[in-house]
Amino acid sequence: MTQAFRIENGGLINRDKKLSFKFNGKNYFGYEGDTLASALLANGVHLVGRSFKYHRPRGFFGAGVDEPYAVVQLYRNGETEPNIKATEQELFEGLEAKSVNCWPSVNFDIGAINNFLKIFLPAGFYYKTFMWPKSFWYRIYEPFIRKAAGLGVASTKHDKERYEHKYEYCDLLIAGSGPSGLAGAYAAAKNGAKVILAEDKPRFGGSLLTSDVNIGNQSGKDWAEGIIAELKTMPNVVVKNRSQIFGYYDHNMLVMSEKVSDHLPSTKKYHPNKRLWYIRAKEVLISSGSIERPIVFGNNDTPGVMLSSAAKEYLKVYGVLVGRKPLVFTNNDSGYETAIEFKKHGVDPVVLDSRKNAESEIIDEAKNLGINIKNSYVVVAAQGYKKVKSADIATISEDKKQLGKIESIQCDCICVSGFWTPTIHLASQSGNKTKFKEEIDAFVPGQSKQNEITLGAANGVFSLDETLKTSFKAGSELSKKITENDNEIAIPNVVEKKSSQHDKFWCVPLPKGKNYKRFLDFQNDVAVSDIEIALREGYRSIEHVKRYTTLGMATDQGKTSNLNGLQLVSEIENKVVPAVGHTTFRPPYTPVSIGAIVGREVGKHSKPTRKSPMHSWHEKNNAVFVDAGIWLRPRYYKRGNENLFEASKREAKNVRTNVGVCDVTTLGKIDVKGPDAAELLNRVYTNAWLKLPVGKARYGVMLREDGIVMDDGTTTRISENHYHMTTTTAQAANVLSHLEYYLQLVWPELNVNVVSTTEQWAGAAIAGPKSRDLLQKLFPNSDVSNEGLPFMGYMEGDLFGVKARIFRISFSGELAYEVNVESDYGNFMWEKIIEVGEKFNIQPYGTEALSTLRIEMGHVAGSELDGRTIPFDNALEGLVSKKKDFIGKRSLQRSAFIAEDRQRIVGVVPLDKQTSIPEGSHLVKDDKAPLPNPKLGHISASCWSVEYDNPFSLAILKDGKNMIGQKLFAMSPLKNKVIPVEIVSSHYVDPKGERVRS
Amino acid sequence: MLYINCPHCGMRSQNEFSYGGDASVKRPELNIEVSDQEWDNFVYNRKSLRGKHLELWQHISGCRQWIKVERDTATHEIFRTFKADEEVA
Ligand SMILES: [Zn+2]
Repeated sequence: MTQAFRIENGGLINRDKKLSFKFNGKNYFGYEGDTLASALLANGVHLVGRSFKYHRPRGFFGAGVDEPYAVVQLYRNGETEPNIKATEQELFEGLEAKSVNCWPSVNFDIGAINNFLKIFLPAGFYYKTFMWPKSFWYRIYEPFIRKAAGLGVASTKHDKERYEHKYEYCDLLIAGSGPSGLAGAYAAAKNGAKVILAEDKPRFGGSLLTSDVNIGNQSGKDWAEGIIAELKTMPNVVVKNRSQIFGYYDHNMLVMSEKVSDHLPSTKKYHPNKRLWYIRAKEVLISSGSIERPIVFGNNDTPGVMLSSAAKEYLKVYGVLVGRKPLVFTNNDSGYETAIEFKKHGVDPVVLDSRKNAESEIIDEAKNLGINIKNSYVVVAAQGYKKVKSADIATISEDKKQLGKIESIQCDCICVSGFWTPTIHLASQSGNKTKFKEEIDAFVPGQSKQNEITLGAANGVFSLDETLKTSFKAGSELSKKITENDNEIAIPNVVEKKSSQHDKFWCVPLPKGKNYKRFLDFQNDVAVSDIEIALREGYRSIEHVKRYTTLGMATDQGKTSNLNGLQLVSEIENKVVPAVGHTTFRPPYTPVSIGAIVGREVGKHSKPTRKSPMHSWHEKNNAVFVDAGIWLRPRYYKRGNENLFEASKREAKNVRTNVGVCDVTTLGKIDVKGPDAAELLNRVYTNAWLKLPVGKARYGVMLREDGIVMDDGTTTRISENHYHMTTTTAQAANVLSHLEYYLQLVWPELNVNVVSTTEQWAGAAIAGPKSRDLLQKLFPNSDVSNEGLPFMGYMEGDLFGVKARIFRISFSGELAYEVNVESDYGNFMWEKIIEVGEKFNIQPYGTEALSTLRIEMGHVAGSELDGRTIPFDNALEGLVSKKKDFIGKRSLQRSAFIAEDRQRIVGVVPLDKQTSIPEGSHLVKDDKAPLPNPKLGHISASCWSVEYDNPFSLAILKDGKNMIGQKLFAMSPLKNKVIPVEIVSSHYVDPKGERVRS
Repeated sequence: MLYINCPHCGMRSQNEFSYGGDASVKRPELNIEVSDQEWDNFVYNRKSLRGKHLELWQHISGCRQWIKVERDTATHEIFRTFKADEEVA
């Protein structure tokens, strides 16, 4: 197959390497160094998609990041990705892509009927039409819009690709490798500064790749190549292509997305697909260049209408002619440069210049080449449906209001140039207040906000000579500040052609009797008429006009449309453009794949996984694990075909009858040391701590300053000035910060140190009536009798040669102990407990049995201490000291907290003693009451009581204190359950607490 | 992402810190009579200033020290940072 539009020689592609690819099921080939766009154009393919709203045929408009049309669905290595710009996607062997926004095919698209019904789809159409009736939204409107909208389909499969994040620091970060970026990088690098130079395209050089200039007796392209080659040899310079800096954030942090593998048929082993760079730069040079803007005319969205700079780039970089009968429509000299390139390749262009008489070196060159130039001429409308076939052209009066007689001219493409718009996105994101530059009819950066400077075309400077001079200087000066080196750089001589003033003209008036669509935003199909409607309907703020019409809201973020939109609004409103102002520039500058943003933090990598030292034992013994914060804890140990319910019931029952052992390593542990340790505890906990003797543990509750319970746990006095505090697994980190806050900021006079020891100790809870017998065997040299180690007692012991801490504390309500050893001995301890415990019928138990045991005892845990309850609500008011002050005490006097009918913990039993009550169920008085049925309380935790062999729940209930014995209903609309229940005491088992003291 | 100068560790990125609110709030002394209004002002009432604000941050993934940061809440500019016990002039 021949490439009809590829010229014989020239371009920067590698003609020795042919690549085959598929577009919409058809086979083509291109060359290494092509983009998908250039390869399609080489093959004469101009129709690549359908527009968003009217499904009009769409071709190529640009040659890079500004492309509004050519968005495709890409297939690569068994994966698919939507929203890929064909102008940015590099060609690789075997690439496959499809058009989006069309069904059943790009050539015959059902949705195009919208184009003929367009009277029904003006600005605000969706807002007005799809409002009523409300019930239609879900059933009719929403599915319809979903089907009709969208720029491709996201894959629902797991993404096999890997994405990485990288943090980097540098002295000077440079966004864009055009003349300004290269000069700045070179000067700064020579001064020894750490430089990162980022270029979004595969090739460095920016405009130098396509412009006809001479720097230091070399072509612009050769000069750029020389600079890059030298920069690459310097150890203080990082040069990155395929890397887009898309966001400028606070304190000079910029984020860059590097496409590591998108240009390859598949990602290399151990390579990421993309790498996201978080770069903290001391200084930033924004050399992002400018984007050509279109002139608005009738049917200006027809395939074959494109930016003149894009046509030049396709020719000079890719050796591709976008047409053989080009019409160039320009209001400035740039159009001539494109015309000259065509002419040099044997193609005869016609130039329409809106200016009456313009004189410059470039125009002279065009004239000398014999190019047909028509002054005071404009394109009124493009003709042709799927491709430009001809253009209606006319002369235009000096005031740009009157069109002359319409003539038709044959052409196969229209290259349009409406002058240049500086790319000020990054500067604006940094907080820089932009200003309107009258001479170029565009905004440029104003006063620097952060440490950023914008130079070259991005700053509205289009002279190469000036750009190089200012950029070399800036590179030198910015780096000198940092490295204190000052190496002189010889600034090379520049030969460039001078241009003349552009024409302040951007929109061709409609001829009499014609109603052509004149598009401003090509991706969202926003036409001149839509803006007119919005203004007629009273929208004034440019931000409102944008949202009502969707101007500039597509994935291209209005790179080619915003300024023309502003021109139109200012013209209708009779204001100057700076008074209208522009909409806010927000990151990202260009779409960034979600994978790159997420990085490696997917699945199990989204948070660290902590495992206790006994983890492998649990695994070997059929533990089924559950996430507890970032810990993995055994939920139950499966025997045979047991399910969760059966296993946890067996484990809990064994604790009540024999003895069980539970891994409690995950509990937060904090060492509290210092002469004022007791005083700190006394202020942090609600109960009294000053008189706790050495060798004793105490249960404590701590509040936030607003009176809400923050956490609970036991703290043990190990020695005179040394306490061992435990916290719940979930609150461990918060409690430590809380203590540090008070010690460092509020009471710095307290002489106390706190440090987390959670990971230093492995813990095993041994619970059940036979636990003391077991303990005696584990510690034969210690007196662990009720007298030797009473309830809430503490001692140190020798566990077969390993130093252990023994606490007589209980969470299960049974006679129980907790043994701690240094983490490295955790597994040893565990195996000894299991081994010695065998004759007492010991069984390990998991968190499910642990919950069952605590619930039927009425011990509160995280589901009651949920950030909404005070001590009274949890029946813990007995622990609240009346004598001393503590954190949060004053809040307990709040009227709601002392109300007569204050909520309080209760027990709940279903009347049928059969039906388990779903956690979260609401307690109501009358199950038949009209909605919203007044809620009296909620079920906080449920279990199957092994003591009574029926379901039992805890609830936080309004006026719970006086509700014991009442009959209510537990309602769970989620589970569709209404359960008649009786309110009982929360202390369902052993209400006097005799077992723990036995 | 902010770049915060921890007085103990030097310049560190925001993701090493956790925010602690208004640093000018003073906890009432223990064991003294506190009116409802005073207590509410301490626990709840904050000014939510636009502009220069003295606030607390904890260098949670670093030295674990609580520090004071003088920051502009609108522009995020950080003017000065202080150790917990340093007087802010
Ligand atoms: Zn620090």
